[in-house]
Amino acid sequence: MYYAIVFLPLLGALTAGFFGRLIGARASEIVTSTFLVIAAGLSWVAFFQVGLEGQEARIEIMRWVSSGELQVSWALRIDTLTAVMLVVVNSISSLVHIYSIGYMSHDPHRPRFFAYLSLFTFAMLMLVTSDNFLQLFFGWEGVGLMSYLLIGFWYQKPEANAAAIKAFVVNRVGDFGFALGIFAIFYIFGAIQFDTVFASAPDQVGKTFAFLGWQVDVLTAICLLLFMGAMGKSAQFLLHTWLPDAMEGPTPVSALIHAATMVTAGVFMVARLSPLFEFSPTALSVVTFVGATTAFFAATVGLVQNDIKRVVAYSTCSQLGYMFVALGVGAYGAGIFHLFTHAFFKALLFLGSGSVIHALHDEQDMRRMGGLRKIVPYTWIAMVIGTLALTGFPFLSGFYSKDAIIEAAFVAPSAVSTYAFALTLFAALLTSFYSWRLIFMTFHGTSRAAPDVLKKAHESPLIILIPLGLLALGSIFAGITFHELFIGKGHLEFWRSSLFVLPSNEILEDLHHVTAVVHWSPAILMATGFLVALLFYKITPAAPANLAEAFRPIYLFLLNKWYFDELYDAVFTKPAIRIGRFLWKKGDGATIDGLGPDGVSARVLDVTKGMIRLQSGYVYHYAFAMLIGVALLITYFMFAPGAGS
Amino acid sequence: MTIGWPILSAIIFLPVLGALFILAIRGDDEIAVRNARYVALWTTLITFLLSLVIWIEFDPTTHVFQFQEEYGWLGGSINYRVGVDGISMLFVILTTFLMPLCVLASWKAVQSRVKEYMVAFLILETLMVGVFCALDLVVFYLFFEGGLIPMFLIIGVWGGQRRVYASFKFFLYTLLGSVLMLLAIMAMYWEAGTTDIPALLVYKFPVEMQAWLWFAFLASFAVKMPMWPVHTWLPDAHVEAPTAGSVVLAAVLLKMGGYGFLRFSIPMFPLATEQFAPLIFLLSVIAIIYTSLVALAQEDVKKLIAYSSVAHMGFVTMGLFTLTTQGLEGGIFQMLSHGIVSAALFLCVGVIYDRMHTRQIDAYGGLVNRMPLYAFCFMVFTMANVGLPGTSGFVGEFLTLVGAFRVNTWVAFFATTGVILSAAYALWLYRRIIFGPLEKPELKGITDLETREVVVMAPLVVLTILFGFYPAPLLDVMAVSVQNLIKNYESALAAAQQAALAMAR
Repeated sequence: MYYAIVFLPLLGALTAGFFGRLIGARASEIVTSTFLVIAAGLSWVAFFQVGLEGQEARIEIMRWVSSGELQVSWALRIDTLTAVMLVVVNSISSLVHIYSIGYMSHDPHRPRFFAYLSLFTFAMLMLVTSDNFLQLFFGWEGVGLMSYLLIGFWYQKPEANAAAIKAFVVNRVGDFGFALGIFAIFYIFGAIQFDTVFASAPDQVGKTFAFLGWQVDVLTAICLLLFMGAMGKSAQFLLHTWLPDAMEGPTPVSALIHAATMVTAGVFMVARLSPLFEFSPTALSVVTFVGATTAFFAATVGLVQNDIKRVVAYSTCSQLGYMFVALGVGAYGAGIFHLFTHAFFKALLFLGSGSVIHALHDEQDMRRMGGLRKIVPYTWIAMVIGTLALTGFPFLSGFYSKDAIIEAAFVAPSAVSTYAFALTLFAALLTSFYSWRLIFMTFHGTSRAAPDVLKKAHESPLIILIPLGLLALGSIFAGITFHELFIGKGHLEFWRSSLFVLPSNEILEDLHHVTAVVHWSPAILMATGFLVALLFYKITPAAPANLAEAFRPIYLFLLNKWYFDELYDAVFTKPAIRIGRFLWKKGDGATIDGLGPDGVSARVLDVTKGMIRLQSGYVYHYAFAMLIGVALLITYFMFAPGAGS
Repeated sequence: MTIGWPILSAIIFLPVLGALFILAIRGDDEIAVRNARYVALWTTLITFLLSLVIWIEFDPTTHVFQFQEEYGWLGGSINYRVGVDGISMLFVILTTFLMPLCVLASWKAVQSRVKEYMVAFLILETLMVGVFCALDLVVFYLFFEGGLIPMFLIIGVWGGQRRVYASFKFFLYTLLGSVLMLLAIMAMYWEAGTTDIPALLVYKFPVEMQAWLWFAFLASFAVKMPMWPVHTWLPDAHVEAPTAGSVVLAAVLLKMGGYGFLRFSIPMFPLATEQFAPLIFLLSVIAIIYTSLVALAQEDVKKLIAYSSVAHMGFVTMGLFTLTTQGLEGGIFQMLSHGIVSAALFLCVGVIYDRMHTRQIDAYGGLVNRMPLYAFCFMVFTMANVGLPGTSGFVGEFLTLVGAFRVNTWVAFFATTGVILSAAYALWLYRRIIFGPLEKPELKGITDLETREVVVMAPLVVLTILFGFYPAPLLDVMAVSVQNLIKNYESALAAAQQAALAMAR
C-alpha cells in the first residue's frame, strides 16, 4: 500500500512527461489525477491504520550511498507524523490536479504541467517518508527543483524565470546550512539514520565540538544548522524573499506548493527532529523567535499589498511563522495541527483567488476588482469560508489550531515565548484585517474592472468549483473533527513516538487551562480586524488612501516589503557578479596569465628583440663588447676572494 | 583475476589498430571519409565492449592489481607492465565509454581532414587508457605525456579562431609541469632502483625527499587537474577545442591529475601528503569559490562550463586529501560523475554550436520553444552540475564534503558555499539559453535533436540519473582499493611517528 501511495504519483509523472505528447493532454490529465486520487484515498486509510491503530511501518527499498561507515538506503518510514503528512500532501495534491484540469484548460503545455505536479508530489512524499537525513535532503531538493520548474512554467515570462531562479537559489542558501548540519550529524553520530541519531541524542547533551574555531554545543549547533534549511524552505524571516515572487507561477502551483505542502516542509522537519530539538533550549528559542518575527513581519507587509495572490502569499508566510512558534515552545502537536488545517483553508484561498483570476481573465490586481460577489457567487462563498477559517472564527478549523498556538506561546515559560505571544496575538489582528480587506476589495463595493473584462467575467466551471467545495468542507470541519486527536486528550496515544517531548514538557496539557481572557483574546482581535476592514473598505473607502498619505514612509516601507529585495540585491547579487568579473579580468587575466604564460612569452619576446638588437653586424660593436668582457674577467680574478694567493 | 589472454593490452592498442586501418584508406573522397568515420566508430565501440569484460570479470574484494601483464623492455629494469585496481578500472571504462560518443558527436561537425582527425582521436584513446593501466613509472610517463600531442593537434588543427594561442598555452602549461615530474621520476629511480609502481607503492622514501618529489608531482598534476592558480589554460583550451576535444579534455584528461594524486602522491609520499594537505585544502577552497564567481560573469557558454569544471575539480582535490573513506570515494566518484556530466554539457554546447556557430550566451534564448528534447537533456545535466540529489553530481559532492567536515570544518564550510554559487551560475546560464521567448530571427529555424544526437545524449542522461539513485556499482568497486590506500597511509604515518619518537629518545 505504501509503495502505491508514494510511487503512483511518480508513475503518473513519468507517463505524462514522456508519453504526454503521444497520449494527448486529456489522457495525461486523467492518468495523473486518477493516480493521485487513488494515492489520496490510500493515504486516509494509512492515516487511520497508523494514527488510530498504531500500525507503524518501515520499508527498505534499496541501497543508496554506501561509503565506509556511511550507509544509507532508500526507505519508507511510516508513523503518525508521516501519515498526517501523507494525507495533507495527497489530498491537496489530488484536488489541485482536478482543479488544474479546468484552470489550465487553455494552456498548450498541459502534459508537462501535470507531469511536474505529480513529480512534485512524489518528491514531497519521499521527503515525508524518509527515514534518514539524506533522503530527507533528496526530497527537500527535489521539491525545490519542482518548485523552480513550476514557478518558471510560463518560461516566456521574464519575471517568472527570475522568480524561479530566486526561489532555487534562496532555498540553496538554506540548504547550505542543512547540508552542514548533515555533515555535523555524521561527524558526531557516525550515522545519519533517524533512529540511530535519535537514540544517541540524549548522550550528546552538554557536549561540545570544534566548529569553525569555536567550541559549540553539539545539539544546538546541529539544530541551528538544520533549522537554516527549514527557514529557507518555509520562507522564514530573512530567507522569505522568494515566496512572494513565486506567485509568478500558475495559481494551482501556488496553492499546492507555496501554501499547502512544500513550504510546510520546514515545519515537518523540525517536528520530525523533535528528539534533537527538544534537547536544545537555545535552538528552540531561536525557532520561536524567528517564527514570531515572521508571523508579525509578513502580516504587516500583507496589509498593503495589492496583488491578490501576494496578499495570500504573505499570509502563508505569516502562518508558517505561527507553526514555528508552536514548535519552538515545544507544542509540536499544535504546530502540525495548524499545518494540517492551514493546508485546507490556504489551498482554498489560493484556489479561490485562482477562480477570481480565471473569471477576470488573468487580472490579479485587486485595485481593478471589486463587486464580484454577484458574478462569482460560489467563489465568494468559498473565499469567505476560507477567510473565516484563517482568521479563527469560532469552531472553524483555524479557531482550534491557531488559537492553540497563541495559548501555547502564553503558557510556555521562557522569555522569548512572551515575545512570541505578543507578536502572534498582534499578527492575529493584522491577519483578520488584511484577509477581510481582500474580501472587500475583491467582492464588494462597485467594480473597478474594465467594462469589457467585466462583461466576459463568469463563474468558474464545476471542475473548479468541486475542489473548492471539498476544501471548504475541510476548512470548516478539519478543526472540530481532529483537534481531540492532535492536541486534545488523546494526543499522546495518537502521536506516540513520532513526536518526542521531554517528560517535563506538558505544554499541550497546560494550554487547555489558560484564563478566559487569553482564550478569547484572539477572537476579539479577529472581530476588531474585521470591523476595521469593514470601516476602511466598505464604509469610508477614502480612509485607506488618506492614511497611506499621512504615514507615507511607513506605507512605502511596508509596500516595499521592508526593502529586503533591494538590500539583498545590493549586498549579495550585484557584488557577486562584480567580484566574478573582477576575478576573471584582473585575477585570471591580468595576474595569473600576465605573470604566467602570457608574461613569460612576452618576456621571451623582449629578450629575443634585445638579442636581435645586439647582433648589429658592426665589427666595432663586437670588439667593444669583447673589451668590456675582458675587463670584467680581469677585475674578477684580481678581486675575487682567494684570488692571487 | 586473470584471463588467459592479454586483455588490457588489447584494450590499449586496439584503437591504434583502428587508426592504422584508417591510414590505409586511400583517397579523400566522400566514401573514404565515410569509411574513416565508420572504422573509428566500430573501433571505439568494440574497445568499449571489450573493456566491459574487465568490469564484469573484476574482483572487487581485493586491492591487488588485476589482469596484470608484464614484458621485458629497456634493459630489464624498466618493464612494460600494466594492470588495474578498483580505482583505475573505472577510469578505463569511462574513457572507452565516451570515445564512441565523441566519434558520433564529430560525425558532421568535422568536415576537414576527417581521416587525420579520427586517427588523432584513436591514438589519444590508446594513450589515455594506457595512463590508467600503466604499472611502471616510465610507461605511465610516456602515455601521460604522449596524450598531450594528439590533444595539442586536435585543438591546434580543428579548433576555433584563437586555436594556436590556446594550444600553445595548453602545451606550455602542461609541459612545464611534466618536466618537473620527469625529474622526480628519475630521482625515484635512483633512490629505489626500480620504476615498478607496485614496488614503489611499498617503498619508503626518506622524509626530506618526499617533500620534493611531492611538489614535483604536484606541479604536473595540479596543471592537469587543473587547480587554482594554474587553471587558466583550461577555459582557453575548451573554448577553442572542437566539441569532441572539449569532451575528452573535460571528461578524461582532467581526471589524470586526480588519478595521479591517487596513484603516486598520496600512497608514495604519505608524510609529505600529510604535511601539505592544508595547502591543497586552501587551493581547493579558493578554486571552488573563485572559479564559481568567475563563472557567474562569463559570456561564453564553453568558458562558463570550463570554469565550473575547475570548481568541481576543487571538490575532488579537497576530497582526496581528506584521506577519509568518504572523501576519497567521493573524490573518485566526483571525477567519474564529472566525466559523464561535463562531457554531456560540452556535447550540449556542441549541439547548438553546430547549428548556430557561436558560443556567445547572448546569441541564444528561448530554445525550449523549438527544442524541447534538447531543453530536457540540458536540464538534467544542469541539475547534475548543480549537484541535485538524484543525479550523480550529488553523490560525489556530498561525500567529499562529508569527508572534509571530518577533517576541517572551515574547509567544509567554505566549500559548501559552492552549492549556492553553482546553482546561481548554472541556472542563470540555463535561463539565458533555454527559457524566455524565442525572439532572435536567426534562431527561428533551429531544429531539435536529431537521431544521432539523441543516441549520444540518451546514455548520458540514463547514467546521470542511474548513478544518482544507485551509485553502488561504482562505490562498491572502489571500496576495497580505497580502504587499502587509507590503511597504508595510516600505517606509514604511524611508522614515521614511531621512528621520530625513537629518535627523540
